[in-house]
Amino acid sequence: MSLDLEQIRRIARLARIAVSDAEAADTAASLSGVLGLIGEMQAVDTTGIEPMAHALDAQVSSAQRLREDKAVEPDRRTAYQASAPAVQDGLYLVPRVVE
Amino acid sequence: MLNASLSEMSAALESRKISSVELTQLFLGRIAKLNGELNAFITADAPRALKDAAAADARRATGQSGPLLGIPVAHKDIFCTEGIRTTCGSKMLADFVSPYDAHVISRFGAAGAVLLGKTNMDEFAMGSSNESSYFGAVKNPWRRSAVPGGSSGGSAAAVAARMAPAATGTDTGGSIRQPASFTGVCGVKPTYGVVSRYGMIAFASSLDQGGPMGKGAADLAALLNVMAGFDARDSTSLDRPPEDYARDLERPVAGLRIGLPREYFGDGVDADVAARVQDAIRWFEGQGAKTVEITLPNTKLAVPVYYVLAPAEASSNLSRFDGVRYGHRAAEYADLYEMYCKSRAEGFGAEVKRRILVGTYVLSHGYYDAYYLQAQKIRRLIAGDFSDAFAQCDVIMGPVAPTTAYEAGAMSGDPVKMYLGDIFTIPASLAGLPGMSIPCGFDSKGLPVGLQAIGNYFSEARLLNVAHQYQKATDWHIRVPDAFPL
Amino acid sequence: MDWEIVVGLETHTQLLTESKIFSGASTAFGAEPNTQASAVDLALPGVLPVLNAKAVEFAVRLGLAIGATISPRSVFARKNYFYPDLPKGYQISQYELPVVQHGTLKIAVEGGEKTVRILRAHLEEDAGKSLHEDFKGLSGIDLNRAGTPLLEIVTEPDLRGAKEAVAYAKALHSLVRWIGICDGNMQEGSFRCDANVSVRRPGAPLGTRCEIKNLNSFRFMEQAIEYEARRQVELIEDGGTVVQETRLYDPDRNETRSMRSKEDAQDYRYFPDPDLLPLVINEAEIERIRALLPELPQAKRERFARDYGLAAYDAAQLTASRESADFFEDLVRASRAEPKTCANWQTGEFAAALNRDGLEVGHSPVGAEALGALLRRIADGTISGKIAKEVFEAMWRREAEGPGAADAIIEARGLEQISDTGAIEKMVDEVLAANARQVEDYRAGKEKAFNSLVGQVMKAAKGKANPGQVNAILKKKLGG
Repeated sequence: MSLDLEQIRRIARLARIAVSDAEAADTAASLSGVLGLIGEMQAVDTTGIEPMAHALDAQVSSAQRLREDKAVEPDRRTAYQASAPAVQDGLYLVPRVVE
Repeated sequence: MLNASLSEMSAALESRKISSVELTQLFLGRIAKLNGELNAFITADAPRALKDAAAADARRATGQSGPLLGIPVAHKDIFCTEGIRTTCGSKMLADFVSPYDAHVISRFGAAGAVLLGKTNMDEFAMGSSNESSYFGAVKNPWRRSAVPGGSSGGSAAAVAARMAPAATGTDTGGSIRQPASFTGVCGVKPTYGVVSRYGMIAFASSLDQGGPMGKGAADLAALLNVMAGFDARDSTSLDRPPEDYARDLERPVAGLRIGLPREYFGDGVDADVAARVQDAIRWFEGQGAKTVEITLPNTKLAVPVYYVLAPAEASSNLSRFDGVRYGHRAAEYADLYEMYCKSRAEGFGAEVKRRILVGTYVLSHGYYDAYYLQAQKIRRLIAGDFSDAFAQCDVIMGPVAPTTAYEAGAMSGDPVKMYLGDIFTIPASLAGLPGMSIPCGFDSKGLPVGLQAIGNYFSEARLLNVAHQYQKATDWHIRVPDAFPL
Repeated sequence: MDWEIVVGLETHTQLLTESKIFSGASTAFGAEPNTQASAVDLALPGVLPVLNAKAVEFAVRLGLAIGATISPRSVFARKNYFYPDLPKGYQISQYELPVVQHGTLKIAVEGGEKTVRILRAHLEEDAGKSLHEDFKGLSGIDLNRAGTPLLEIVTEPDLRGAKEAVAYAKALHSLVRWIGICDGNMQEGSFRCDANVSVRRPGAPLGTRCEIKNLNSFRFMEQAIEYEARRQVELIEDGGTVVQETRLYDPDRNETRSMRSKEDAQDYRYFPDPDLLPLVINEAEIERIRALLPELPQAKRERFARDYGLAAYDAAQLTASRESADFFEDLVRASRAEPKTCANWQTGEFAAALNRDGLEVGHSPVGAEALGALLRRIADGTISGKIAKEVFEAMWRREAEGPGAADAIIEARGLEQISDTGAIEKMVDEVLAANARQVEDYRAGKEKAFNSLVGQVMKAAKGKANPGQVNAILKKKLGG
């Protein structure tokens, strides 16, 4: 299993990670190695096996616990925005979002 | 005091032989002296630690006590701490100060433990050698040219060099057990759901589990008594009655049925490692334990399954690091798309980017069934292997890792080779089982070897019991590296 | 040959919970930016979601109201994409296993009723908002709305044309308010529809659809679907083909246009959210919720027609909302009048006044008790129906309030009906004396003259004479 540069660019675009042309070739080689490793799973017959999504779903009867509908969170905007790269009037600033 | 157990320290505090401030100063001094060389801590906040210590002394003066009251504990820099930066070993969060405490941090705070500092780690916990930290590699105290293991390598090195009496770590595929093994300390990864993940920066949510690291099993029991417990803010936290993890420490091991998986003793395991592990098992046999050969037939699939599931979850978990609300933002960008791409390319290191890309790929359209779903199905087969095995034994033993600590740089450029080193720790993580690393000797180069013990769900107390009995008869866990005498 | 317009609707309803779907932050509308965005809503490192029980209960409520299957086990998944108003970089939504599946909603269409199939309804979280003004070419992100619970309700492509789509949207809008899960406020975005529109020749397979977003009023929905269908028909008739895409409706220009930004090779990489376990809903829980469900519109409509002897049209009008239906039943009780009379008043004077002032039933200045008291005064002969309208208008203007309002106004204005035979006879005599010509005409067989004489008497009585008595006395005197 190996990836071509176009696939690398597509994945990098989806993941929003800039990959230069020079890096793309290295990335392709290294990802292909990892995909070779995980390709070993393909031969296993898993017919009729339920996917296991949680570490405990084989063990505990796992059901989602629910929270009571109560608004309990205080306004902590100042503290939460202390680490923000750019804010104005309480809003997080980003380059113009195009619709 | 530097090499004392937690109960000895607690007794000294209780009898006023030492104050928490003095004890904390002792370890802060050790950090100041050694951290330049070992790089085990990213942040050591002495004023904060001394403030905690003074508060603990004040609490004791009012008649309060407790096993961890006034004891300094180092925390892996993956646990969010209010007022102290939490970097997760990444440039992305190099300046991030969390506005809240992780559940684990709150629990230690409530128990009166002193927050000694934040330990170094592989970036976002992705790595087995602690070389991927933005804050530089951690050195193995037993041999400074070797790696300490990862991803909780800073916590492991800090305990090994006695810069901290105890530390927290997190384990996704072996990140507590493997560095514990590489540095000759003790560490336990609890059953998934026992320790709250709230405030523990997520790598792979269905696998991540916090746990304690320390010198001996009795220390771990005291630490786990504080760390474990239900947390309503984590939907995967288990609502079980609290238990005393120290309750079985003194139980004899006679009659213990030890399962030895054929797959954990085959080719690829260093001869020294195999020999030390066999020695330890022979000790248990000498105490009346019985060994039984078992098989975990899907072991070799665990690494491929893990390297689908963990990157898939990680690729999604790390999407929040987009430079909008916190974290690194690129200095220049033409538009929103470029701001995202550059901020993330600059903020993440090579291994993190590699795993995000792998995860994005395996989840993407057309590959989901072949990779993600197939991996989840094999995950169930692997869990099934263990449930079959525990029909025949109480605890499974084997090596933590096929090798002892390797030289720094030995694995760089070959991620797959490094991934394969996690073959014995990943299976228990996939199944959600508790596992621990117990120091069991040294190889011919003088590097520590770790014995792994894997138990059934919620059998942490039993694992700690097994380790404690062994440690009463051995001194591997209290040996100190020659280079860093007390 | 004709074209058939095929529409499926996806409706995002904001659920009326106090707190968000996965955090304890308030969902109240209109707060200062980011003051209701908690650590979880902001996706700070390390935070985790915990599901709101009320949101689940509301989803089940809708499921029961549309006769759907409530999934005993449903799963939350992550829908991954980057957008500044989506803090985690993924939306938690239900994908393969939604909580509600396969329901129906009946709507009124030309010539009867139609059953619209609802494919699914699933729980998910809302995103924040991007504001584009006043930031010198930047956008400002407000995450107060992020994490507000949504129930997305998706129909099969069962709707034919814009009018049916609107009829369905209105019926659903009424239903979600009826069962108390959504306030239905379209201006504030509590009820938002996207329409999947395609065209085909009758009997042909489904055509390629386009999804139209931003339909935030029923009028826009109708215009947008009509525009889009016309666009597709013209495109096909000119030899082109419809491309599947997302389009935005621009109400200012009344057109839809392609949203290129949404076409960045969407690949949402759905997978089950490992932070959340499967949502399990057992039978007992479903029955508990069913027991709390109010009588539903259709059942109420049928009961009104049956028990109150109302025409289907009246019953439908009165049950357009739960408030309206409750008002009617209160009115029947308070007035002790014929249900038909109550219905006429409620759908007549009362509805007209509400409409004129743009008010909802619940905000009417005249309550059911007060209106009932007014109707009692008609029944007991204190006032005529005509005077009652005058009294009603005065009540509407709050000249007097409360259950005694009608009596107070009748007294203050001296509107009580004249039923004193002597007094009416005196007025009739005076009118007959002054209108000899009409009396002649009447006697000559011109029936119209009688009405004119009645009018004269009523005028003399300032409208307050009992009309029955006036009629009887006039007849007697003219015949005599």
